[in-house]
This record gives sequence, structure tokens and C-alpha cells, in this order.
Amino acid sequence: MTKKNNASQKISFWERNRQSDGYLLKQKATSVSVSILRAILLFGMCFLILQPILMKISVSFMEEQDLYNTMVISIPEHFTTYNYELSASFMDYGKSLANTFGISLSVAILQIFVCTLVGYGFARFEFPFKKLWFACVILVIVIPPQTISTSLHLHFKYFDIMGIGKLLTGKTLNLRSSILPYYMMSAGCMGLKNGLYIFMIRQFFRNIPKELEEAAYVDGCGTLKTFLRIMLPDAKPILTSCFLFAFVWQWTDGFYSKMFLGNVRLLSTQLAVIADRMDAWVVNTLKIPGGASVGYTNCIVSTGTLMVIVPLLILYLFAQKGFVESLSSSGIKM
Amino acid sequence: MKKYDGLMRRKAISGYLFISPFIIGFIAFMISPMIRSLYMSFCNVDVQPGGITNYWIGLENYVRAFTIDTEFNRMLTEELSRMMINSVAIMVFSFFVALILNQKFKGRALVRAVFFLPVILSSGVILGVETNNALLASVQSMVEETTNTASITDALKTILVTSGVGVRAFDVVFDIVDGIYDVVIASGIQIIIFLSGLQTISSSMYEAAKIDGCTTWESLWKITFPMISSLFLVNWIYTIVDFCMRSDNQILDKISEQMIGHINYGFASALSWIYFLVVIVIIGISSFIISKGVYYYD
Repeated sequence: MTKKNNASQKISFWERNRQSDGYLLKQKATSVSVSILRAILLFGMCFLILQPILMKISVSFMEEQDLYNTMVISIPEHFTTYNYELSASFMDYGKSLANTFGISLSVAILQIFVCTLVGYGFARFEFPFKKLWFACVILVIVIPPQTISTSLHLHFKYFDIMGIGKLLTGKTLNLRSSILPYYMMSAGCMGLKNGLYIFMIRQFFRNIPKELEEAAYVDGCGTLKTFLRIMLPDAKPILTSCFLFAFVWQWTDGFYSKMFLGNVRLLSTQLAVIADRMDAWVVNTLKIPGGASVGYTNCIVSTGTLMVIVPLLILYLFAQKGFVESLSSSGIKM
Repeated sequence: MKKYDGLMRRKAISGYLFISPFIIGFIAFMISPMIRSLYMSFCNVDVQPGGITNYWIGLENYVRAFTIDTEFNRMLTEELSRMMINSVAIMVFSFFVALILNQKFKGRALVRAVFFLPVILSSGVILGVETNNALLASVQSMVEETTNTASITDALKTILVTSGVGVRAFDVVFDIVDGIYDVVIASGIQIIIFLSGLQTISSSMYEAAKIDGCTTWESLWKITFPMISSLFLVNWIYTIVDFCMRSDNQILDKISEQMIGHINYGFASALSWIYFLVVIVIIGISSFIISKGVYYYD
């Protein structure tokens, strides 16, 4: 039997093709052409995504004269790291980086902690008005935060809990320029895209079989202990994924940062004004009345953007699985 | 209503304890600001160092937005049409890419990683810095004019438009093709969601269909499409919401300019409420239509 099998494998491809009336060749040709087409298509699209980043990298190492030299396209003729020094000084890079890192990390931890509690509550408990409250979560996802930005702005500018502050000190607190309001909002699940995290975490906890919980209950675990000892260890992948999202989106967020953290030097807010700083620097320090040239401003903005995203790129290189895998395995369904 | 007593009651209480942060946050930072901003949109808000005073002026802010303000109508229609066209393009594109990425080939993990990269790198201010910079945009258009780049789409466009069939439709398509970068960088999450749906379809279904003589094209429409149709709804809503919060949105710029630059809180609130209501209506109608076509397997 085995001998016969071996013998049949030794028949050449063309022989087998002849036996199948050309079907085999047709199949082979289709699959090869499909994979070539696919490779071209995917290469093109990957290039489309990566090209701006590559372009920024090459531009960031160029001197100003290289920018106007039509012979120089992607490899700089005069290699320099001066652009990085300039961008770093415009953005106050060291301090902004530390601030951004601290705030992103603490906000992400706080948000995911609270969202886990809420998501677990929605997934594993029955209580009156549950549907109504969950509809509110959906509402939070759908409402653009900009709608309420006007009144939040004033709310924190003249902050007062039921007039207690006014009664004691005679004036309201101005919390708009401090970090506190944003932490308060994060603790109340109203930070950046928090509705989405609640939704994802709830979706995960819902898929854990009820028997597990009941077994824990029989063995003497209370509600809190079940949550901490049984459920949380299981939820590690989805929590990492949500945490990474919270961290990264907070890092690049402009809206909440501009609104609540205006006084804190953050990379995202510094990046938004880098072009103006550049202009001011050229006028005041270099004494060139016209301001910075457009090309060079472009170059500095690219360098600045690169400096903001480099930490994220490194994070993504190491935690790529954490971002993608758990999201696709949790199965978002409605 | 169900009776909650004994164990049920205790569970209900702990459930409320678990979601209490959300309830508190929702009331304090969502409901009350919303009511206040709705009230403010009917008022002329006067900001003094000591506090704020609201003067009731009725619908004046809304009337001003639609009739007196010169750019709001134009911005609103522009943004909404951009949103609709781009969202459709994003849906088609991400479905297509998810189908490709679901096949087996070498380097799949790498390609997936690249496609997911924009979720991280093109969020928030970074997108805004790239597209909002008026200076750069003007330079780019100048460069294009002077170098007279003959792009393929332009050449195709001349051929097709001169032949005179459906000029408007072609314009829309060419806009999408020219803005393909916008579409690609906005579809990272959608691709992942579609992929997760594709992976839940059992391969035995395709095998059965193949034995019955289905071609790949037929099984795409008869199996794949219905099985992940519920994800179209999720993705559609996500895409629209995502689009509303992008930092290169003209309307949001105008709102924050009115608020911070002109200290005109009443008018800014009215603008944001108009925008919000329009978006909600669009989401509601379109998801109602899509949900009619959703097929539930179980």
C-alpha cells in the first residue's frame, strides 16, 4: 500500500495534469496569479500607510538647503540632527514627555480600573433599570464630547459642589487650569472614549460561563472575591488591550488636553503650536523679519510629529499582539 | 416588574455598587452639562470675573446660525457629505481588506500590523497637524501646479468626463480615489472588527457550499456577507462617531473658536446642539435601514 502511494507521488506534475484534463494547471495558474495580485495590492497599501512616516524620517535629517534642492528626494545630502534639537527646544521635549507619560499612564490606569468595575457590573448582575443604564452607555459612546464642551468649560471654571465653596470662602473655585477635573471625569467614566471600553469589557465578561461563578459561590467566594480571584485573571488580555488604547489615545488626544490641561505642558498641545513657536523664534532670535520659510516649518513640524510618535511606535513594536489579538478574539457583536 | 428579594436583592445591590461610578459620572458630567448647554444655547451668556449671567433670548442663536452666520450652512453640508461619502468608502474598503487579510499567505502578521498602525499614529492632534496646516496645504498645491504633475486619476478623469456619462458620480469616485489615504488611515479598527467576524464563520459551511457547487464569488455573497452583516451595523456607527470627533473637523474648530476666541458661549452651544442633533438623526435613520438587512444566524 505504502509502496503504491510512493509510486503515485513520483508521477510528474505534467503527467498528473494530463490525467486531470488540464484542471490541475488551471488551478495552479489561478492560485499563483491570485497571490501575485494580492502581494502587489497589499504592498501598495502598506506603502501608502508607511510612506508619510518614512518621508518624515528622511526630511527630519535634512538641512534647510536640502529641502529646496530638487536633486535631493529622500536621502539627505547634508546630514544633520539640528532639527531634532530645535524641535526639542520648541516643545520643551524632556518635560513634556515626562508630563505626557505621567498623565497618560495615570489616566489610563484610572479609566480602565473604573471601566472594568462598570463593565463587570453590566455583564454579571441583574438589577432594575439595567437596560436603561446600558442605553446611557451607548449614548456616551455616540455623543460627541464637543456637544457638552461649552458648559463643561464653564462648569469647571466656576466649580462649586452645591454652593458649599461659596458659602465658606465667598468665591467659586477655578479648576479649569488644573488636572483635577479630568481625573474626576475619568473616575466617572466620562473620559476619552470610555463608553467604548465599558462596552468591550462587558462583552468579554458576558462570555464567561455562569457555572464558573456558581462554582465559586458554592466554594464560599463572595461577590468581591469572585470578581478579584476568578474573573479578573481571565480578563487580562482584554484589559491590556483596553489599557493600551486608553494610553495611546490619551497620548495623542488634543481635545481634552486643550480643554482641561491647558497649563500642563503636554506633547499633544505643544505639537499643535510648534509652527507658531518656530515663526516667533525666527523673528525674535534670528532677526529675520519675514518669519520662518514654509518649507523649513514643514520640516520642523515633521520632526516634532516624529518625536511625539516615536515612543508610541516603540510601544506598538513590543505590544502589537496586545493591541490586536484580544480585540479580535473578544468578538464585538451587537 | 420582577420581585427582587433574598439573593436576587443582594445581587441587584452589588450590581448597582459596581456600576455606581458610571451613574455618578453620567449624571454629573454628562446629563447636567447637557441640560446646561441646552439652556445656554437659548441664552446670551455674559461671562464676568465673578460668575456668569444668562439672558434668555429664545431661538435667536439658532436663527443666527442658519441665517446670519455666513459659513455655518456651507460647513455643515460640506462636513456631512464628506462624512457620508467617506464612511461608505471606509466600510467597503475595510470589508475588502478584511477579506484579503483573512486568507493565508506569508507575512500576514506583518501586513496586519501595518494596517493597524494608523489607529495609533493618526489619532488626535497628529491628524490635525497634518491636515490643518494651511501653510503646508498651499505649498503643496503650489508645487503640484508648478511641476504640473500628470496623475493617473487626472488623465482618467479627462477621458471619462469628456465622454459625458454621469459626471457627478465620477467626481465622487475620483474624490474618494484621491483621498484614499484618508480612507485607509481611518479604517484600522473596522478591519479588525470585520476580521474577528470572519474568523467566527466555521469553515465547514464553505466546504458544504463548495461540494454543492458554489463558486467562491457565490459563497462570498451567500455565506460571508449574511454571517457578518451585524458587524456592518457596529462598524457603520463606529465610523460615523469616529468621524464626528476627528480633529480636522471644520465645525468643531468653529465651535471651539467661538467659545475660546470670541467667548460666545451661547452661540457655541447652539452650534454644537445643531451638529449633535443632525448627527444623531443620521445615525438613527441609517442604522435603522441597515438593521433591516441584518441577518441573525442564531
